[in-house]
Amino acid sequence: MKKVELIDVSKSYDKQVDVISNIDVTIEPGEFFVLVGPSGCGKSTMLRMIAGLEEITGGIIEIGGKRANHLSPDKRDLSMVFQNYALYPHLTVQQNITFGLDVKKVKKAVQAERANEVAEMLGLSDFLKRKPRELSGGQRQRVALARAIVSEAPICLMDEPLSNLDAKLRAHMRTEIRRIQRKLGITMIYVTHDQVEAMTMGDRIMILHEGKIQQVGKPIDIYNYPANPFVATFIGSPPMNISPARAVPTKSGIFIEDTIHVPMNEEQVAASSARSLLAGIRPEHIKPIVTGTESGNRIQVEVTNVEILGNETVFSFQVGQREWMAKWSGQWDIAIGDQVPILLGSEYFCVFDEETGELIRKPEGLEHLSIAKEVII
Amino acid sequence: MRDSTLKKVWIYFLLTVTSFLVFFPVLYAFMISFMSGPEILQGRFFPEAFNFDNYAKVFDRLPLLKYLLNSFIVSLTVMIGQLAVCSLAAYAFVFIPFKGREFVFFLFISTMMIPWEATMIPNFFTIQKIDWLNTYQGMSLPFFALAFGTFLLRQHFKTIPKELQEASQIAGLSRFAFFWKVILPVSKTSLVTLGAYGFLTTWNMYLWPLLITTNSSVRTVQIGLKQLQSQEMSTDWGVVMAGVIVVIIPTLLLLFIGQKQLQKGLSQGALK
Repeated sequence: MKKVELIDVSKSYDKQVDVISNIDVTIEPGEFFVLVGPSGCGKSTMLRMIAGLEEITGGIIEIGGKRANHLSPDKRDLSMVFQNYALYPHLTVQQNITFGLDVKKVKKAVQAERANEVAEMLGLSDFLKRKPRELSGGQRQRVALARAIVSEAPICLMDEPLSNLDAKLRAHMRTEIRRIQRKLGITMIYVTHDQVEAMTMGDRIMILHEGKIQQVGKPIDIYNYPANPFVATFIGSPPMNISPARAVPTKSGIFIEDTIHVPMNEEQVAASSARSLLAGIRPEHIKPIVTGTESGNRIQVEVTNVEILGNETVFSFQVGQREWMAKWSGQWDIAIGDQVPILLGSEYFCVFDEETGELIRKPEGLEHLSIAKEVII
Repeated sequence: MRDSTLKKVWIYFLLTVTSFLVFFPVLYAFMISFMSGPEILQGRFFPEAFNFDNYAKVFDRLPLLKYLLNSFIVSLTVMIGQLAVCSLAAYAFVFIPFKGREFVFFLFISTMMIPWEATMIPNFFTIQKIDWLNTYQGMSLPFFALAFGTFLLRQHFKTIPKELQEASQIAGLSRFAFFWKVILPVSKTSLVTLGAYGFLTTWNMYLWPLLITTNSSVRTVQIGLKQLQSQEMSTDWGVVMAGVIVVIIPTLLLLFIGQKQLQKGLSQGALK
């Protein structure tokens, strides 16, 4: 299993504007690494640069410790799954799977054996004689996956492989891909625009925006401690509620819309004085006020929209100019126009510098739940 | 229900009439080929009896088999040559990026605007200088590079997803191997269309073979037909038509065999 290292990589098409710049990241062997970002952020371009399908204009790419800047794609020891699967329409499923092996002059008997093995793993054994056009979307996707796996390349690249599938199948394939990756221990670099995919599949994820790294880290760390407002709103659904805030040194904290007070320690106050700030809180940290609720920012809001999803209720309300959302678990009987008292736990707030986007105050007191190692019944 | 049957009857009636109009010349030629001289002059449509005298005479008067063979060789050579040259050119225009590709392609396509007759004399001199008069290569080589064919194939190649190329790059396929193993099989319909087109146009060519051939050893059927017409003072039309029918048969065969693929190929080019 190989390591992939990008050192100050950049890319420009017209030699003036960099579409990707300052990419510094090391993808560990056997890691499931997800590149995520909105469309047009350069994530596919980055993947194609790793694959060697796209030239890089600056920096160094190392694969398995060796410089790979000018290696042709087939010398990089990787496999790739494309968004539209890129199956050869004139070949059968079996021929599609063994296509790469055929090129590498692997013996026919070995080819068939490996193809059967992979087909078995992915449940394709019954379709080996069919042409791609006779398969459903999910089956085609699996053929593309099989083709990548059968090459036994230590690195596998995937470019939005699930975006053409329906929601149910997508959820199924997510776990399937993750399972196969764990089983084979391949280094996986996975591109997606779907933050749910990124959160659920990645060992580590990298968030890209306008060709620049926003944050790299474990999904849960990124969720809890977003490096900047972009990450905060990109990861998580519904997104983090963010509003402009004002520092009030005398009260040792900040005020959002002059009503919500967020206390900060001296260090944080020093860092935030004389700057415009943004404060944010995740929808699930906005809580209902019931008897016995601890003290905090209690405000009364008017509900502007309600979505009841069965296991949770999402409603929105105005805070100054911005629309905020709250997510409560369970089914709540709330109607549009209702006045609802809510509790904003001040410890949960993130505070960002508006200009640099830097995270000044990390949220505290996040609940990490764990099941005790030994349970006595 | 009755409305639709009525409509069907009407449509089939129209189709029958128009197809009869279209096929009338061929049909008439077919009938004449069985008639004797006086019968033709009477202006009848159906011959009194189907006798094959005219066919015997055609093969007697002309080395028709030799001509057919020549035509076949030349047409087949042009067909293969066109397929090779056009597909390679189209491949370069679609899958190999190079500076000024669009401009070169535009230039290439603009040669479609120049009528073949305008370039015929220079071509004739070229062939004459390299001493290829009365040779198969002289008759076929000038038609290998066909702008229309390149255009047709390029349009089809452009519908092939770029990812196929990238996938085969990752698999380690060379450029030519990708062309041979993926592009050609995927574009079979267009290749059949172009092949049939090339074969038929060459089979029906008259002017160029006439220019560069002087003896019957390499002459093609179309010139043979012309010879039948002018050999005597009064043309024996029955014999000419017998020749025509013989000459048509291979093209009709080709059309029947390739019909399905041809239709697919042509409509594909038109729709996409």
